Amino acid sequence: MASPALLAAVGEVGGDFFKERTSETLPCQAKSGELFCWDWAGENIDRYVTPTLQHLELVLISLAIGFAIAFSLSLLAHRRAWLRPPLLIGTGILYTIPSVAFFFLLLPITGRGRETAIIALSAYTLQIIYRNTMVGLANVPASVKDAARGMGQTDRQILWRVELPLATPEIIAGLRIATVSTVAIATLAVFAGGGGLGTQIYGGGNLDFLTSIIIAAVIVIAMALILDGLLLAFQRLTMPWRRAAS
Amino acid sequence: MSLPLDLHPVLASFGGAIDFIFNPQTSNVTGGKDVGGFDQAVELILAQLQISLYAMALSLLVALPIGLYLGHRGKGELIAIGFGNAGRAIPELALIAFMAAAIGVGVLNLTIALAVLGIPPILTNAFVGVKQVDRSTVDAARGIGMTEFEILRKVEIPLAIPTIFTGIRGSTIAIVATATIAPLAGVESLGDFILNENVYGEDGVLAGAILVALLALTLEFTLAGIQRLLTSEGLRLKTT
Amino acid sequence: MRIDQTKLRMVLAGVLALALALGVAACGSDDDTTGGSTAAETDGGAIASNPANGKVNLTIGSKNFPEQEILGEIYAQALSAAGYKVKSDLNLGSETVALKSVKSGAISGYPEYASTALTSFFGLEPEEVPADATEAWEKANEEFEKEGLTAFEPTPFASANAVGTLKKTAEKYELEDVSDLEGVSEELSLYGSPECRQRIDCLAGLEKLYGLKFKSFNPVDIGLRYTVLEKGQADLSILFTTDPQLSAESDKFVILEDDKEVFPAGNVIFVTEKATAEKAGPDYEKTILQVQEGLTLEVMQELDARVELEKQTPKEAAASYLESAGYTG
Repeated sequence: MASPALLAAVGEVGGDFFKERTSETLPCQAKSGELFCWDWAGENIDRYVTPTLQHLELVLISLAIGFAIAFSLSLLAHRRAWLRPPLLIGTGILYTIPSVAFFFLLLPITGRGRETAIIALSAYTLQIIYRNTMVGLANVPASVKDAARGMGQTDRQILWRVELPLATPEIIAGLRIATVSTVAIATLAVFAGGGGLGTQIYGGGNLDFLTSIIIAAVIVIAMALILDGLLLAFQRLTMPWRRAAS
Repeated sequence: MSLPLDLHPVLASFGGAIDFIFNPQTSNVTGGKDVGGFDQAVELILAQLQISLYAMALSLLVALPIGLYLGHRGKGELIAIGFGNAGRAIPELALIAFMAAAIGVGVLNLTIALAVLGIPPILTNAFVGVKQVDRSTVDAARGIGMTEFEILRKVEIPLAIPTIFTGIRGSTIAIVATATIAPLAGVESLGDFILNENVYGEDGVLAGAILVALLALTLEFTLAGIQRLLTSEGLRLKTT
Repeated sequence: MRIDQTKLRMVLAGVLALALALGVAACGSDDDTTGGSTAAETDGGAIASNPANGKVNLTIGSKNFPEQEILGEIYAQALSAAGYKVKSDLNLGSETVALKSVKSGAISGYPEYASTALTSFFGLEPEEVPADATEAWEKANEEFEKEGLTAFEPTPFASANAVGTLKKTAEKYELEDVSDLEGVSEELSLYGSPECRQRIDCLAGLEKLYGLKFKSFNPVDIGLRYTVLEKGQADLSILFTTDPQLSAESDKFVILEDDKEVFPAGNVIFVTEKATAEKAGPDYEKTILQVQEGLTLEVMQELDARVELEKQTPKEAAASYLESAGYTG
């Protein structure tokens, strides 16, 4: 049996390696300006699995960190009114700085990579979660707090058993907004070397490939809507007596 | 990643970036052309503001009339608010890349892309602002014989201005922030510094980031100030 | 590039003869030999995995366009087959960023074009760039060594920048050579990558050595160099001679002849730190040189076509090359 190694020397590719390509025989994805190539999409959809998982990971970690920090800050500021203006301004600054700029501001400090992306994404969520938590707590009717105090509850008990539960709709509303925004912004993580679905948009070769851009965008938007929906469902499930604050 | 216990290199980086903003440097790429410096920094800042201005104009042109009208009629809540929420989910990178690949690079196409991002906040806030005006006030105005348009113009809009302006603020910041990646659509902006380390060097990249951050913060501060001025005393007391 | 053809054919013929002879010998042991405890017997066969290499961590980088990513993947996968622990960090940016990454140790090495190294890093004028691939490599290596770097020998294929346009634009203005742009270029817009403005084998050269002035220069990402032509926004665009669109869509795109030889062609040389090469052992250079022997112009163009036109990933294209050429099982 003649082994292929004999017929084709090492270093030389097999005869069927080359393909004739002419303008007429170009497949959909080779033509510039084609809106969407279904065949290619079907065959290559698994290319998007890892970026999607990376994207989801970035989002969930950033939201967790952002929520933890913002929630703690609002607990601190709840009883200390003097903290509120500086915290509002501080989180506001972090929110206003555009994410791309934030990534590159962090570059000398934290370098390229996932961590830099997560720090910037978390910082972005702080203001909305903090503000909504504060508003939620502020909206608790004084009468309810008085009643609780009248029953002998301590400030701490009031906070955790009365105020926070009543503030939850507002908090979750803030969390929902933060979630949707973070999913969208996480596409920019590619600039920080943090992976995510942005790599399928800006990564080499994709910039002129509409099909890939569209697939990535659709996944991002779907992810945002699904996460938003999950939060809404969570709220309805745990607090059916509360209508969600818009 | 390890946080630098030695701050010196970090400070040096920022020092280099500040230097880049004010003094032209020899470019990374040999060829003798200097890059950076105050003039170029200003040029790119203005370029970013210019494209943002075009996009804001288009956004206002489209979103304001629709939002105000729907708010006045009290209909179309799904569109107005739904758009606002949906707008937040649009990934700006995809939008810009899509426009560039589908329609082409250039100012006009980028303006449209940025306007898509700028429309939702204005649309939602115009709608909500007008709709929230006290119905009895509107009825009173109708009662004294004002036309629908007059009601909108003389009663609803003035009362809705704080809310509307909040939307304009959000829209402006979103557009200016996204204009940072304008170079992907072939349009000049501070993103040129940030995305082209090969030409401008590390200092240029950091300088670009610093300038973008300062630009956004200055804009936000200014707009917040304007908002305070626009809100009449009575409303200010009411809307905390 | 046509200057290289004869030399290229000779080199190719020699390689083929050698490979054929050794391929016969390889037939007896054409699987990846794992577990061999001697130095890798990689002559003429598939790449053999050498366990001694397993202690070495390498990161292979590349510049920011598909041909570069394919090369990076080829080298990365080949070195991996040779037993090294390999990571890839492709799409770093353009040449200055890539070079910095090597010097800082962020990557072990990356593929550079000898012409780019000579003009961009070492400031040579285009006419000083040797037309002969080996001479160009030697000259570049001389300069690299001064900085503690080294460059491995060149690939068979070479690539160069080129001024490209739509066929109908070329017909309209009767453009065949770049010099034909004289008198016409003031009405035409040129699109290129941002660093093109300063590079002597790009806009700077067109202005200085061809004496051309354009209506405008618009910086765009390399990935959009054909899009801007198609959308009718760019009259002229900077393309690469190895671009697959030039052969697949030759009825649409055309490049102008570089009659003043401002765009020297460059073969690819792998740039790495000398210290890295020493630590990695002999298989480092050996594997790289071995695996790039099959990269003729036709093969590179085919690989470029698969990635740029058919939108395969550079990883897939590289893997199919290595397999088809017999380097990997």
